[in-house]
Amino acid sequence: MNMMEIKNFSFTYAKASKPSLKNINLPIKKNQITALIGPSGCGKSTLLRSLNRIHDLYPGNKYEGEILLYNPQTNEYENILELKKENEFINLRQRVGMIFQKPTPFPMSIFDNVAYGLRLNGIKNKSELETRVEEALKGAALWNEVKDRLKASAMGLSGGQQQRLCIARAVALKPEILLFDEPTSALDPISTGAIEQLVAELKKDVTIAIVTHNMQQASRLSDYTAFMYMGELIEYNKTEKIFLNPDEKLTEDYITGRFG
Amino acid sequence: MNRLIVNKIIIALSVFSALFGIGVLFWILGTLTIKGIVSINWHIFTHDLVEKGIRNLIIGQFIMGILASFIAIPVGVAAGIYLREYNTNKFGEILRNLSDVMMSAPSIVVGIFVYGLLVDPIGHYNGFAGAIALAIMMLPIVISTTDSMLSLVPKELREAGIALGGSKHKIILQIVLRAAKVGITTGILLAFARIIGETAPLLFTSANNQYLTFDLTHQFPSLTVSIYNLANYPDEASINLAWAASFILTIVVLIINLLGRYITRNKG
Amino acid sequence: MSGKLFKNFSFFSATISLILLIAIFTTLYYYASDAINTFGFWDFITGTQWEAGEDDEGGIFGGAIPIVGSLLTTAIAMIIALPLALGIAIFLTEIAHEKLIKPVSIAIELLAAIPSIIYGMWGLFYLAPLVQKYFGGAGIGLFSAGVVLAIMIIPFIASITKDAMNTTPNVLKESAYAMGATKFEVIKDVVIPYAKTGIIGSIILALGRALGETMAVAFLLGSVMKFPKNLFDTTTSIPVILANTFSEAEDLELSALFYLALILFALSFIIISLAKFYFLRNKEER
Ligand SMILES: Nc1ncnc2c1ncn2[C@@H]1O[C@H](COP(=O)(O)OP(=O)(O)OP(=O)(O)O)[C@@H](O)[C@H]1O
Ligand SMILES: [Mg+2]
Repeated sequence: MNMMEIKNFSFTYAKASKPSLKNINLPIKKNQITALIGPSGCGKSTLLRSLNRIHDLYPGNKYEGEILLYNPQTNEYENILELKKENEFINLRQRVGMIFQKPTPFPMSIFDNVAYGLRLNGIKNKSELETRVEEALKGAALWNEVKDRLKASAMGLSGGQQQRLCIARAVALKPEILLFDEPTSALDPISTGAIEQLVAELKKDVTIAIVTHNMQQASRLSDYTAFMYMGELIEYNKTEKIFLNPDEKLTEDYITGRFG
Repeated sequence: MNRLIVNKIIIALSVFSALFGIGVLFWILGTLTIKGIVSINWHIFTHDLVEKGIRNLIIGQFIMGILASFIAIPVGVAAGIYLREYNTNKFGEILRNLSDVMMSAPSIVVGIFVYGLLVDPIGHYNGFAGAIALAIMMLPIVISTTDSMLSLVPKELREAGIALGGSKHKIILQIVLRAAKVGITTGILLAFARIIGETAPLLFTSANNQYLTFDLTHQFPSLTVSIYNLANYPDEASINLAWAASFILTIVVLIINLLGRYITRNKG
Repeated sequence: MSGKLFKNFSFFSATISLILLIAIFTTLYYYASDAINTFGFWDFITGTQWEAGEDDEGGIFGGAIPIVGSLLTTAIAMIIALPLALGIAIFLTEIAHEKLIKPVSIAIELLAAIPSIIYGMWGLFYLAPLVQKYFGGAGIGLFSAGVVLAIMIIPFIASITKDAMNTTPNVLKESAYAMGATKFEVIKDVVIPYAKTGIIGSIILALGRALGETMAVAFLLGSVMKFPKNLFDTTTSIPVILANTFSEAEDLELSALFYLALILFALSFIIISLAKFYFLRNKEER
């Protein structure tokens, strides 16, 4: 089943003359990992950042088409491009979490980082916060490393730990979808391995979309892969199919490293 | 939703702060313009303070400001060069911080210091002491601009100079300083605009003079000290003259300021 | 000019700040020593009398009133200036539309460029009558002086705070927004904590400036040797007593004024050094 359906979607940045995304049609399947691949500048981040409408922090961007998000409560799809009110955006962003390329710990303690979104939601009860934080840190495979220094500043963690902290912070809100924009490109191979393992485990609870430049990562990790080129979606299919037997010549050239 | 209301309130307060700042600026400039224009006439530009004019005041202020610049600019630029180009150790770092501290030294204290140094021993107020006090105010600003403008010059430029076999001081004077010229000029203009409007350093150094004079060894006229004195007089005519002087002073200071910004924008 | 000569000249120039600092301290101390020897430190700063003796011989001089006056005006100015300056900085970094940032910044910087004597004129002839109309009293006094002082330091705090806040990386803000934070929450939880040292540094620096600012308050505080009875009462402060009595003072009174100047200089030296060495260090490296 599709958690999200992107339909005839185009996107133009405020100051740009041409659209950065053209007529994209793509499903994001529930409890699966969808990888977005393609050469630099093809629009992967632009697409990902449309899914939680983080673009709207900057005025003047233009959306066209539809991005439908499944709502488990009502059992219906709603078009997130129609959202206008601030509380609707807040609600969307809590349902659709995002992890960035560089770890982004907030300048506060480890505990407060993970509790951040919970507190925004009005959870004040100390023991509830503690259980939820522990749960999230365990979910992000970080609990054992930080349980003795929850009050320490998050800035003191290693890059890989910081990235897992950011995942824990997002997971704590129990989002339905998690968006990852090259989450390991700033990390060493060991930390990268830990994050990949974590992402693979997370998919039983959440739906995942991940942008990556690393072909091995995409093939190891994802169930579905979308190949983008110059703002267009060239090919979308099961990951094995894309990597073993793509329909398009362009896709094959890209994954075999002939350009990009 | 409570959070959203808090958010709106904070944004509104922040917009209000900005409006307040702009409002005060226009309020001050507005009253200054109205009061100033009413009080300005040809007479005040052609007569000295003794005849209810400000000619000698404008000239006196500029002479002391220019003299201060002649002292502060070479020393300040050289100090900035030392801090950025020669200094590598901790001592230089301390000097840099001390210069920053001097930048915020109370101007009245600088005036009193120069009084103790150059007025009391001589026995009477003098324009030279006023210029020195202004130079002391100007120096740290020139040092800090030179220092930070030089820091913007790319390393490669220096390395290229060294690769061509230039000696260090030639590279600094001929290449690095030239590359930072626009920024330093702007900084100097802003520093000049700052000291030309100073009052406190002049109160007990140059004091004031009713007449036009070029003799820096005696009391020396200035706009700022005159404004301070005139505003305390009870008669309307003196207060109007103070407004006229304030208007002229502000216009000059703001024009030099905007000129500095304009230069950076266009050539920086 | 030879390389060696040039280097020596620039080294000498660089040491000028140090030389000046030492010269200021020793000169002030030299002239203040009469008063220091007569009153000591504690008696001077707690003394509330300021009376010249017969025939200008001796007299009793205590600095308590101007010292308290300085602290009070500075405190009032900070209380008024802080929220407004922070508001302006937030407006310029997080709220203003791109097209507005430039003109508003220039307006704020021009506000900082206006000579302080002009603030004094404006305060005396426009603000004080307003204060008198709405709050009674003489118009001039602690409150009017505090307001003018606040207006003078607002641009200063706002521009340093703005620069500090601008160093917050965009992704950091985005990741707070991505968790559903509102603009205010992002500012409060991410931007301000991130810029904290810079903000504190700018506040302390502004404090030092406000303490030493003279011309803006010289007209406005009243310049009378008494403790203020309320917020709108007149009093004096170190810069104000210096500006208004220095030129007529002689002997021990003059020495006492130098003593006050020394105290003011030492206070602002400590405050500014604290800001510079502790909070605003390595501003280029950050
Ligand atoms: N803020 C912006 N304003 C205008 N154009 C932009 C903006 N951000 C990105 N673009 C343009 O949109 C296109 C897509 O950029 P995007 O960042 O989505 O690429 P990407 O696939 O994520 O690349 P990379 O792999 O390098 O991260 C590029 O041509 C880029 O130049
Ligand atoms: Mg990208």
